[in-house]
Parts: sequence; C-alpha cells; structure tokens
Amino acid sequence: MHEKTLAELSAGLQAGDFSSVELTRHYLDRIGRLDPQLNSFITVTADQALVQAEAADARIAAGEAGSLTGIPLAHKDIFCTEGIRTSCGSKMLENFVSPYDATVVANLADAGMVMLGKTNMDEFAMGSSNETSYYGPVRNPWNTECVPGGSSGGSAAAVAARLAPVATGTDTGGSIRQPAALTGITGLKPTYGRCSRYGMIAFASSLDQAGPMARTAEDAALLLGGMAGFDGRDSTSAERAVDDYVSGLDAPLQGLRVGLVREFMENDLDGAIAGSAEAVIAELRRQGAEIVEISLPNVHLSVSAYYVVAPAECSSNLSRFDGVRYGHRCENPHDLEDLYKRSRSEGFGVEVKRRIMIGTYALSAGFYDAYYIKAQKVRQLIAADFRAAFEQVDVIASPTAPGTAFRIGQKTDDPVSMYLQDIYTIAVNLAGLPGMSIPAPQVDGMPVGFQLIGNLFDEARLLNVAHRIQSETDWHRQTPEGV
Amino acid sequence: MSLSQDDVEKIAHLARLAVAPDEGAALSRDLSNILDLVAQMETVDTGGVEPMAHPLEMHQRLRPDEVTETDQRERYMSNAPQAENGLFLVPRVIE
Repeated sequence: MHEKTLAELSAGLQAGDFSSVELTRHYLDRIGRLDPQLNSFITVTADQALVQAEAADARIAAGEAGSLTGIPLAHKDIFCTEGIRTSCGSKMLENFVSPYDATVVANLADAGMVMLGKTNMDEFAMGSSNETSYYGPVRNPWNTECVPGGSSGGSAAAVAARLAPVATGTDTGGSIRQPAALTGITGLKPTYGRCSRYGMIAFASSLDQAGPMARTAEDAALLLGGMAGFDGRDSTSAERAVDDYVSGLDAPLQGLRVGLVREFMENDLDGAIAGSAEAVIAELRRQGAEIVEISLPNVHLSVSAYYVVAPAECSSNLSRFDGVRYGHRCENPHDLEDLYKRSRSEGFGVEVKRRIMIGTYALSAGFYDAYYIKAQKVRQLIAADFRAAFEQVDVIASPTAPGTAFRIGQKTDDPVSMYLQDIYTIAVNLAGLPGMSIPAPQVDGMPVGFQLIGNLFDEARLLNVAHRIQSETDWHRQTPEGV
Repeated sequence: MSLSQDDVEKIAHLARLAVAPDEGAALSRDLSNILDLVAQMETVDTGGVEPMAHPLEMHQRLRPDEVTETDQRERYMSNAPQAENGLFLVPRVIE
C-alpha cells in the first residue's frame, strides 16, 4: 500500500479496497521497522492515529468522505498538537504538551486525516541538515551516512522512505524545498500568509510559512488544499479564497514563459547540478514552454540580508522561553537573572544561541539602522527584482540546492557553509513568493531538486507545471533501496 | 567585522544567555564569520529605498471588542515548571 500516492490511496479507500485502520496499521508497522535507522520521528502517536482512522472509516462508510479522509500523515514537530508533546526539536520544549492544535493541524484533522506522529527537525527550524535537533540527526533514506537536509528533514525522510504518504513542513529560508530536493520528493512553500501560522512555533514571523511535502505534485495539491485558508487567529493570514489546486493540474504548458535566473545559472553552479536542471528545462521546452533568461540583480544579497532579518525576528520570538511559563527551567536558580540565563542556555542548542545573539546584536542600540533597516531595504530591492521579472515570465526556474545530500558532520563546524545551502531558496521567502522543489535527474545515485518560483498566490500554476513535468518523466518515481 | 569575547559576553547578557568559558572563543569566531557574510549587503546603495517589513501589503485587521476565548487558566498553566494558586513562581524579586 505504501507504494501508492495519496491520490491512489484515496481512491482505494473510497472503493473499499482497504480501510483507513488497515492503512494506518501498515504505516505504523513500517515506522516501527524502518524508523530506528532513520530517526525521522520524534513522537509516534499510534493510539490516537487508530482512533482517528476508525472515525475516518465511519465517515467513508457514511458517504461523507473527502479526498483526504482516512489518509495518514506526519506533522513536523513545530506544529502544536493538543495533548501531544510538541518539542520543536529542542530540549527547551522536551516536556511541552500543547494545550491546543495549530490551525493547519485542525484543518487536516477536520478533513479526516490521520496523524501518525511528529517528525524530527532542526531545533526551532534553524538548520539545513537536521543535525541541530536535540533528538539526534535524521538519516537520508538514499544514503544513511548523509543528511536529509533541513529543517523539515524528518518530514522529508519519512515521505521519501514511505513511512507516511505525505507530511507537513515549514519553510523560513528553504526548509521545505531543500530537504525535498535532498531526499527526492516534492515540496511546496506557499505564498506568505496562505497557510495559518497559528500554533506553528515562530522562528521568523515575516518569513515563516507552512506547506505540503509529498511524492507528487498532485498529492501536494491535495494536501495544500486542506491546509490553506484564512484564519482570524493569525494577524498576517491572507484574507482570500483558496484556489482549486487540482482542477488545473493537467493544463498544457504550451506558451508558458519560464524564466531562468542568469545569476543562479552562472555563479559557481556545480556542473552536475546544472546538467540535471537542464534536463528538466529541456522537458519544459519539449512541452511547448518558452525559456527566457532573466536577471535578478540583487539576488546575490539574499543570504546576507536574510541573516539579519531572520535572526532579528528569532531573537525577539525566542525571548518567550524564559523558564517561567513553559519549557525548560534550570535547577535552583538563585535569582531571576540566573533563572533566565541558565534556563535558556541549558534549553537551547548552539545554533539557536548563535542566531539569537546575531539578532540581538543587529537590533541593539547603535546597530539597528546599519543592520536591521539596511537588511529591510535590501529585502525591498530583492522583492522588486522579482516583481520586474514576473512582468516578463510566468514562472521562474532554478536548482533548489547547490549540491546533493552531504555527509553527516561535514558542515557542522562551519555555520556559514551550512547557510549557503539555501542560496537559491532564501530570496523566495524574503519576497513572500511561493516556491516548489521537484525531483530532477539524479547525480551519482542521489536526488537533486529543481525549483519553480511563482508570483504571489500562484500556487496552482506551480503545481500545474510540476504535474505536467511529472506526467511525462519518472524522476519523481525513484525509490531508495530497501524501501 | 570582528567581535571580541568581551562583545560576545555583552550580547549574551542582552539576550539573557550565559556563555561558558570554553564557548567564548568559538562563539566570537562564528559570530564574526556570520557578520562578514552579512556585510555583503553594504555593497549595494539603498538610498531612497523604503524598508520592507513584511512581504504582503496588508493592514492590521480589527475585530469587535468581544470576549471570544473562554477561561482555560488551569489548562494553559499545566506546562508551567512551577506554579501555585494560579500564579507562576519565580525567585524573589523584591526583598
């Protein structure tokens, strides 16, 4: 059953070929057998999953099922889940049991989906390899010596290893797309504000966005349709109707204008990764798309602006972890300052501390204009570059990540080299645009991602382009050995 | 941009983080490297550019001033490391 896509599983449930309980048991069994090697889950919620599966079967029997009803999924452990530990990959929240559900979790539960558990992630979503997790690194199902990418590395590995048909992720600078690329799956970061941030533990609030991780564009479309929507509890939620992401999936690409970013294709791009991207571009051309070279003159400043904006917002957001209201508290504090300092220093890992400190410095008196305001101005220039580009083209294409999955431990001593994993993805978050990674031809037996970037709220078009590519190629059908 | 260990300790204090003696050197090196990366943005002229705080042009929504949440103090305080009689406990602040 685990070879089937969400769309196929949904048809099987409706036809009565198997029940949601059987499907759920099948995935729970796979998690029990295969996850000890991968560490993609922090918490498995078997008992709750079977209760949800039984309810889904009743809905299907009553003829009240939608396309997501009875389908198991995994949630990144950044989403609050009522009554279930929500750790965000941190020691700080090791004992935190959320008193409420995130809106994305509630939306998918209302649609009848079955939660298998909570997936591993970089601590507070800060990382590109899943190595900053307090719960240990996740291993890439394609080569267990390698990282799965991050920060949604657990969700990516679980979907790639068929431990869940689909999973949720979040993306602040590439955290859905880069792990999707490194594990050979399909991941979409929607437009900022498309999915509610309510109950999604905040990292950088002007950049954070939830999205689907799946094996196909069609599955991503189905899951996004269940996740997205206006939410009055999120002050930056987009107040507009959710598009139908499925009905236009098969629209032909004849006449589609695809922009290739000159700055991405020439500067230091690895030859093998470029070759893989060119194969996807050739397929787009074969289907009648017009390939246009475009320029984003300020895009090379994305990483530097991001490492002011994101840490600044993180230092503000993570000030809530004070050892008083929830989260880790040190033993025997001798005064309030000692309570704050030791609770935070014991509860946070080294990468989180680095980012809090960079952000604190950038926001401190005397440096605010030089760092934070300057970064916001650069952000404006980058967003303007995209606005100009979308006057010429319908979608923008590039590689997702600069290479294939790297070895565990290879980049942990050099934060800056880790940050450069996201050189092709970060600008998309700064501009608030939707971006997607789909599998391209592999290099040396390891997955490679191809990124599609859309204009604001143009998710349906990205999914259409991705689906048309996947309808004519088998790059997304490759499966790791032993899975 | 280079941060001394002294700078690192000041920043850590502002962030209410403690830096262990053996962490100071590595932190000042790593933070300095990150600031070097950040310094690349100084190469572009941003005169006259409006800072972008947010990706979407939107206004803060207002809602009617009505009670929409029920009192769930007990439940929300159940994650508190130390609480008593509906209060969070901290070390004595005022003598």
